Amino acid sequence: MALPNKPLGELKAVRDPEVDEREVDILIVGGGMAACGTAFEIKKWAGDKKILLCDKAAMERSGAVAQGLSAINTYIGSNTPDDYVRMVRNDLMGLVREDLIFDLGNHVDDSVHLFEEWGLPVWKKTEDGKNLDGKKGLKQGTLKAGATPVRTGKWQIMINGESYKRIVAEAAKLALGEDNIIERCFIVELLLDANEENRIAGAVGFSVRENKVYIIKAKTMMVACGGAVNIYQPRSVGEGKGRAWYPVWNAGSTYTMCMKVGAELSMMENRFTPARFKDGYGPVGAWFLLFKAKALNGLGENFAASDAAKAELEKYAPYGTAAITPTCLRNHLMLFEMKEGRGPILMDTVTALATLGETMDKKELKHLESEAWEDFLDMTCGQANLWCAQNCEPEKKNSEIMPTEPYLLGSHSGCCGLWTSGPDFDWVPEAYKIKYKDKVYNRMTTVNGLFTSGDGVGCSGHKFSSGSHAEGRMAAKSMARFVRDNADFVPTLKQTKEELVDLVYKPVRTFLDNCEYTTAVNINPYYIKPEGMMYRLMKATHEYGAGTATFYQTSSKMLEVVMDLLATMREDCEKMAAGDLHELMRAWEIEHRIWTVESHLRHIQYRKETRYPGFYYQADYPGQDDENWFCFVNSKFDPAKKEWDVFKKEYIKIIPD
Amino acid sequence: MPSFVIQEKCDGCKGGDKTACMYICPNDLMVLDPNAMKAYNQEPDQCWECFSCVKICPTQAIEVRGYADFVPLGSSIMPMMGTEDVMWTCKFRNGLIKRFKFPIRTTPEGQANAYADLQGKDLDSELLSTEEADGYTLKKPIATV
Repeated sequence: MALPNKPLGELKAVRDPEVDEREVDILIVGGGMAACGTAFEIKKWAGDKKILLCDKAAMERSGAVAQGLSAINTYIGSNTPDDYVRMVRNDLMGLVREDLIFDLGNHVDDSVHLFEEWGLPVWKKTEDGKNLDGKKGLKQGTLKAGATPVRTGKWQIMINGESYKRIVAEAAKLALGEDNIIERCFIVELLLDANEENRIAGAVGFSVRENKVYIIKAKTMMVACGGAVNIYQPRSVGEGKGRAWYPVWNAGSTYTMCMKVGAELSMMENRFTPARFKDGYGPVGAWFLLFKAKALNGLGENFAASDAAKAELEKYAPYGTAAITPTCLRNHLMLFEMKEGRGPILMDTVTALATLGETMDKKELKHLESEAWEDFLDMTCGQANLWCAQNCEPEKKNSEIMPTEPYLLGSHSGCCGLWTSGPDFDWVPEAYKIKYKDKVYNRMTTVNGLFTSGDGVGCSGHKFSSGSHAEGRMAAKSMARFVRDNADFVPTLKQTKEELVDLVYKPVRTFLDNCEYTTAVNINPYYIKPEGMMYRLMKATHEYGAGTATFYQTSSKMLEVVMDLLATMREDCEKMAAGDLHELMRAWEIEHRIWTVESHLRHIQYRKETRYPGFYYQADYPGQDDENWFCFVNSKFDPAKKEWDVFKKEYIKIIPD
Repeated sequence: MPSFVIQEKCDGCKGGDKTACMYICPNDLMVLDPNAMKAYNQEPDQCWECFSCVKICPTQAIEVRGYADFVPLGSSIMPMMGTEDVMWTCKFRNGLIKRFKFPIRTTPEGQANAYADLQGKDLDSELLSTEEADGYTLKKPIATV
């Protein structure tokens, strides 16, 4: 064989990397939708400032939208931000930050209008109610000029989004300038200021392309690196574990890096276990909403419409009885069928397409088929391949759906993340404003100068791609204000250059110190490789942390066990070894994942109720307990004392029912 | 082994300024073996099957074989990227072939309007730069509790 099947890594790591030290006014960590929003907006407000963006990958295809999307799930249009708040609040069982959501609702459409201007094809409705794709629909004019989008639900619009991220990244890169962007730079730890308490002063990371450590001082910082994936054992444990529903490279870096410098987290107990087409994890939204398909149990019953399902939903009123059933409760009903032996659950694509076909001519039917396939090909190519491999034509054969392994995120139908400031309006409660020197900075975390957006902002799900971009822009303006107001601040690091290099390259040095001891490089009593640590994390969470092994159920005792396992894992992370740059990236990712999962389980442990049945169940505290738990749960890691504190935070209702 | 590189077709992008698949892979999986001047996927079980490498490869040397643990053999889906559209060829295990063409962008590549000359005016308002330029008015809650 001409090409040897090598173990990981063509780019070997060396003990002493080159060090690149920089100082900027504004540092943007991440390159996804939120960071692209910040990159687009920031120079409009801080054009004279030094700005740098570091992306672990290449912006053209990084983040959750790398593969593309077939819909934009948040476009307010003729709806009101007030109703947007009501929708999000109901889906997330009552506990959300209404200030953040309303604020986002005010700005999200502006980002969608920009996407369309930049070249994103957006479907349009004709005057006689027909759907046009984004190219044919150009003649209808733009959304901004009043054209009608194709709505699948009240908030979603259809797009031809294969190149969605490429288009958005292009504008971001043009706005910020190539010279102000470092791709393949993985920022791994944030740094607090040496002189001022609780003030962000910089970050360290490394290049995954050359042996180089970056030490970057900054006056203010945006950390937007997405959510957390591959933290629980996935349903496919071979090659298929790459087919995560959310991007497999999202390592919880946002939460961990901010948590480690003392930023307050909120609602980390919330998670998302989306019900998707089994194994391929193709989207179901268009099937339910656009094609009006029903989910059937193994007996062929539309179980969600049964009297038993209605009775079950009554238990979770007013959320369960609302016009749109919350996502977790839809899962709950599905899990109930599966546990009762009435699986598998099937998406009835055959009936849905046949029903739609009754009023269509041949050409329209062909178009409908194309729409169904595009839904996959735009955003989950692997699902289209799975249908091909299974000889599945959706008009002839139904497909199974299944809730996935758990994910942590703050922008989709989940709401974990950082506790951040709301905007400085009189209708926003004081308790929701975070101040620095008496001024409020929207989307700032509880660490001064540290901002986040997208998956990073807690308590405000349902932003999706467009909302994350808009939020990145909102935070950009707030950061520009922060830099203006604190122009005299000079960031000073506590650690020496050598200490920081040692911190970042520790896994490399551990490897080089010990790798000669054994004949097989991955098996060595003095270190553990990141891959081994990944399996250990997945096994622990799967078995004890409400993974798929137990139908998402845990208990107080099981949580005690998994917390012990995690503490040991964090100790063993000190002995993680990486022989090459790719492996060094994996080492830091697993470190980030472990801290993030620990905060997730710490929150579940603290909240003594089951707020999100269908996402997870705390067996000792089944059901919701509004009397004691109608509040946020926040937590804070004290970086000086190395101690966690978990506590309640008051929920304040702003928008009436 | 999700994405794979066809040996005969890969030339390691030797004529280009970068190895395209290595440049684009969001998960740092595609690497170049500099001796063989061929690329390969170094960690197939972390492949999202996002097709970014397939789409960018200048010699169409990269394809995807579905995940071994649940995808039967014999199918393939292949994109052909144009400047305005993508054309997909979807081959079923039983030989059935379906082709689909979808728009991907409505403007020439590289010409997204970054509003490079737009400078915001009032840094203390909550308006974004383009909203300010358009004279947009922020909404307040219709009613509060």
